Amino acid sequence: MNHIISIRDLERPEIDCLLDKAALIQANQYNETALKGKILALLFFEPSTRTRMSFDAAMARLGGTSIGVDSVEASSMAKGETLADTVRVVSGYADAIVLRHPKEGAARLAGEFSSVPVINAGDGAGQHPSQTLLDLYTIRQSMPLDRIQVGLLGDLRYGRTAHSLAHALSRYDATLHTISPKGLELPSAIAEELGEDGTEIIEHDDVSRVISELDVLYVTRIQRERFPDSASYFKVASSYRITPELLTGVKERFIVLHPLPRLDEIDPRVDSLSHARYFEQSRNGIPVRMAMLQKVMS
Amino acid sequence: MRRDARGGLLISPIRNGTVIDHIAGGEALNVLKIIGITGATPESISVATNVKSSKIGIKDIVKIENRELRKEEVDRIALIAPHATISIIRNFEVYEKKGVEIPAFLIGVVRCPNPGCISNTNEPVPSKFEVLPKGLHCLYCEWMITKDITNHIL
Repeated sequence: MNHIISIRDLERPEIDCLLDKAALIQANQYNETALKGKILALLFFEPSTRTRMSFDAAMARLGGTSIGVDSVEASSMAKGETLADTVRVVSGYADAIVLRHPKEGAARLAGEFSSVPVINAGDGAGQHPSQTLLDLYTIRQSMPLDRIQVGLLGDLRYGRTAHSLAHALSRYDATLHTISPKGLELPSAIAEELGEDGTEIIEHDDVSRVISELDVLYVTRIQRERFPDSASYFKVASSYRITPELLTGVKERFIVLHPLPRLDEIDPRVDSLSHARYFEQSRNGIPVRMAMLQKVMS
Repeated sequence: MRRDARGGLLISPIRNGTVIDHIAGGEALNVLKIIGITGATPESISVATNVKSSKIGIKDIVKIENRELRKEEVDRIALIAPHATISIIRNFEVYEKKGVEIPAFLIGVVRCPNPGCISNTNEPVPSKFEVLPKGLHCLYCEWMITKDITNHIL
């Protein structure tokens, strides 16, 4: 079965193929009826705006239809049904399932019970491969993916998008620069694993000291609930804020990415700079997800 | 029945069943746990702990009467007793003797320590781990168990 559960399941040629396909789609070189007559089930057991809407839009642009549930309260899971049973039933209604679920490994389990392809749209603190693919795609719009210097900034302990991106970039010999508050560093198990894959990881405590070396800065949200009180949160958050002043002297091809939604991590004045690519990154979700849907349903 | 020099009882030989020898000292009860033998099971069990061993210093021995362990059962033991030897006994004779091999996958043997893992819910699936050189890798949530494996045995 042609599931997409984790970016780690995809070899580099498969990733490159999906990104190439997304580029063709973005250049309007695609069949608008490629998925005509197909039905996509969107099973979202956690809140999501961007991911859900972009899968919905991607399916519509390929001529297909979407059905789905938006919350546990609106589903039979509220009656105690297992995910395994839900997926067995829904796979009889649709040609593919997109799943977001609060438990890690939920998409892997869904893949075991589904008779149609499953795409993981985020499972708890686990994997979110469509986000990683659109991150890679956005970087590749500005530079080749090979041997780039990538800064990962923010909550690297719980940030699943940063973990997935780090794993994906290890296939392209990237050097990773991690910049995170104390207690929110990249987990040592992930750092070790990346090291074993040959990825160089350099820790920094001040983004201003490394910013001029970077090709990409991937900013993630530092969540208020990780701190004991608001004062300590604001103190840390302000020292990790990206401002136009900070970006003085960066490389010409340097870009700033953020999986969104952002809070205070990026000063709105950065939005108008040529380096800011986070809204483009969000828009890239459509061609990338169109490419994914075509891959699993064709 | 064997007796020591002062007439005390030692573990007696078994007529039929399985002898697990060369278990690291103190791990015998964990070995019984991993192969699913509890106080509620019908087998007669003899356990010797901290016996002197020329091979591994101090060892434990377990004898299980009237039950021949299957290969998939004994291979689980390798997780905590990689040097264990298994002898299948028939009519007081060693019918077969073998070592243990660490299996490639462990299904329903170990609980994932990640409280957020889908395998720790009411879903109808056993836990699934891939055995890697650095530890056990959960095939659902991708967590690694690198130490204290016995604490996670179901």
